[in-house]
Amino acid sequence: MEIEDISPISAAPEIDQETADAIAIDERSKGDFKYPEDHKYDAGVGLTEDTIRYISKVKKEKDWILEFRLKALEVFFAKAMPTNWATEDLNNIEFDKIRYYLANGQRPTRSWDEVPDDIKETFERLGIPQQERAFLAGVEAQFDSEAAYSNVKEDLEKDGVIFVNSTEGLREHEEIFRPYFGKVIPTGDNKFSALNSAVFSGGSFIYIPKGLKVKQPLQAYFRINSENFGQFERTLIIADEGSEVMYMEGCTAPKFETATLHSAVVELVALKGAKIQYVTVQNWSANVFNLVTKRGLAHEDAEIRWIDCNIGSRLTMKYPGVIMKGERARGEVISIALANDGQHQDTGAKMIHAANNTTSNVVSKSISVGKGISTYRGQVHIPKHLKGCKNNTECDALLINSNSQTDTYPAITVRGNQHVTQHEASVSQVSQEMLFYMQQRGLSETQAMSLAVNGFVNDLVSEFPMEYSVELKRLIDLEMEGSVG
Amino acid sequence: MQTLDMPSITSEEPLKLADAPEWFQSLQNQAWETFQNTPAPTRKNETWRFGDLKQLNLDNFIPAAGIDAGDIELELNGLEEASAQFIFANDATVHAETDLPEGVICLPLEDALQSHSELIHQHLLKSDVKLGSEKYAALHAANLSNGLFVYVPKGIEVEKPIEAYHIVAGDNAAIFPHTLIITEDNAKVSVVDYFSSAADDSNLVLAMNDLVAANGSQLNYLTIQNVNLASKVIQIGSTTVDRDSRTKSFVLNVGASWARNESYCTLSGKGAYSDMLSLNIPSGEQKFDQRTFQHHASPHTYSDLLYKNALYGTAKTTFSGLIAVDENAHFTDAYQTCRNLLMEDTTEANSMPGLQINADQVKCSHGSTASAISDEEIFYLQARGIQPKQARQLIARGFCVQVIDRLENEALQNLVLNYLDEKFKIVS
Repeated sequence: MEIEDISPISAAPEIDQETADAIAIDERSKGDFKYPEDHKYDAGVGLTEDTIRYISKVKKEKDWILEFRLKALEVFFAKAMPTNWATEDLNNIEFDKIRYYLANGQRPTRSWDEVPDDIKETFERLGIPQQERAFLAGVEAQFDSEAAYSNVKEDLEKDGVIFVNSTEGLREHEEIFRPYFGKVIPTGDNKFSALNSAVFSGGSFIYIPKGLKVKQPLQAYFRINSENFGQFERTLIIADEGSEVMYMEGCTAPKFETATLHSAVVELVALKGAKIQYVTVQNWSANVFNLVTKRGLAHEDAEIRWIDCNIGSRLTMKYPGVIMKGERARGEVISIALANDGQHQDTGAKMIHAANNTTSNVVSKSISVGKGISTYRGQVHIPKHLKGCKNNTECDALLINSNSQTDTYPAITVRGNQHVTQHEASVSQVSQEMLFYMQQRGLSETQAMSLAVNGFVNDLVSEFPMEYSVELKRLIDLEMEGSVG
Repeated sequence: MQTLDMPSITSEEPLKLADAPEWFQSLQNQAWETFQNTPAPTRKNETWRFGDLKQLNLDNFIPAAGIDAGDIELELNGLEEASAQFIFANDATVHAETDLPEGVICLPLEDALQSHSELIHQHLLKSDVKLGSEKYAALHAANLSNGLFVYVPKGIEVEKPIEAYHIVAGDNAAIFPHTLIITEDNAKVSVVDYFSSAADDSNLVLAMNDLVAANGSQLNYLTIQNVNLASKVIQIGSTTVDRDSRTKSFVLNVGASWARNESYCTLSGKGAYSDMLSLNIPSGEQKFDQRTFQHHASPHTYSDLLYKNALYGTAKTTFSGLIAVDENAHFTDAYQTCRNLLMEDTTEANSMPGLQINADQVKCSHGSTASAISDEEIFYLQARGIQPKQARQLIARGFCVQVIDRLENEALQNLVLNYLDEKFKIVS
């Protein structure tokens, strides 16, 4: 991106760049990260109107986008932290010390020797290719997947699929994306959706033309080097009438992240009869606040499925939702969460029925290990004057250790008597007898525990694409190590 | 009946009981201060999610004036046989009759405050109110003047239930009845409280109860709420269940324009067992808002909650329950079920069943359902010659009876069934 007409130093917030960098580097709690000396693409730390103007200018955005961002910033400042219902840990986010924009995939770098051993070990165990390891560990600024991707891209383009990043999407395909942009999740939905609306960059904008059934899953992974794994990514997927698509983001490998706040907004629009599946595997390192707003809008006969797996991060708050706007629309959330020591997985689902004969299904399984906390929050809303709406919610929690914690807070509103809802939750642990039985047959206690936990989530893991489910199993084995005995 | 120029219950400090013990006076002074200094709940309070905050404007209510028993029409639909019967009208004792085993203390609270001050001091209002109505619990305490006090000493079993009627009369009158029940080791008792109105005036019943079950005891407590449809009810209950003891609480809501029940149960000793039951049949524009908390503070404890709502008209119910298992409370069994039967298309049911588990080796589950009677069920009964309308009622009644069965006492079951059938006469 050419940006010679801008002087970033003057455009950045008052704090001078050197000081800003110094603060930022202090903030890197794990590993010694170094930013490249070239500050051209850096909005500095802290969040002010200038930061927004700078980001927008670098991206050469149209005026309406800048206005959208500035308005969002106001909303962000005006909204209180949701600590009246959510964890107090949110107050530990230091908004002033966060770097809100690093352009064009520019990332902090360091040498392979500096990568913590446990991360290397995990790569080894998961069988991540060497080149990807370097990228994931933050050693290389870019991972070259263009070669693999270009074939896929060509095929997609032939079919009329648009698969670009947010900047390009709004610039080159405004007529397609603008009508839906920020409509499924309005800026003021919550404090973090407002933050994202103010500073978003990266993410994927996808349009699937009428009737096209995309055979291969689209992966954010393909476009890893174009700031896809940004902190504030913005994704909008529009599936036109009768089309089908599966989108996957994240990967099972631990992503060693320097940024401590990740706040994405993902909007899905499934037009009449369309089907969208959105698969997420989240494994941020344990210093990351992962506060994500995800929602889909399903028109007549459309189906939206969120398949969500949260393993990493310090605090994840994510409640994928589906608004079933057309008759016979269907929404589904399949969720697996694993909370280890020091982690809080606060996940759930939001099902808003807004038309007759709509059905929704939520299946959530969480595992708390050590002092990990897993929370399920759900909302099911069936308004008046609708007929034949159905919801099924199941949440099961597994506690591994005596100091593990799990919470469940569903909220179900049903108006009118032509609907069926059911909610069930259970909490259990791996019984001593079960472990004993397996140990008798020659498994170690840890192996037995892993097997039991894998069995607990097995029916959900099979919903993931094959390569993910294999890695997921390995990952669970890894997480269970040292949890017993 | 005089209702002239009385100050609102929210604006002026209530009159004190003459010659009450000192501790009680200071408790009331403090409560009034707490009431004034505590902000009213707002939308942001999770404990009032889906709640109707408008109902909390209590400014137009005045303290109920003393009345003559002869002035009000008493219609008592109670137990056939009771071991004690009390009638309170506007918090004044108008009738007291007891036939109890020796050693059992069962008195109007105003009398017991004189004769058993120490005992009451030990147990009255000892638990913090945590489910949203802190402010209104303080208002209750500041206005508290009477109620029922039951103390069952070690090893004594009271066979027949004790019953107490709390009747409110007068335009905009408010009453503040309190029920304190203590069962000592291995004692046993059942108590029924009735809340009703004398006429059609708009009233407020702001009631609280403290139930304390010591080791190995059994305590059953029933509330029959049948005030008129112009009145509001707030009931705040706190139960402590100690080692190997068993409590059973039951709330029937048939009356009131708006009723809020908050029940907090602490299982504090090994082997403690608590049943929390409620049956609600809101019709017309009635709104019931119920909040529960099953607090497992000790290992090897058991609790089982079943709340059922059959909704008619444009009724609205809110249920919010939480099972909390403390860090060391292993081997807990806790269950929570809320079922809503939507009898009409204009009803609304909100459920928020919650779990907070900090221990392992626990068995916990919660379930919540909302649905209407299916056409097949009606068809099945029609095929057997039962009219659709009758069939619906039959099914609704069967739905309700499941809760009543859990009372496991025929006299109490019949009592509740009578009220249930009265209500069904109105709604169908």
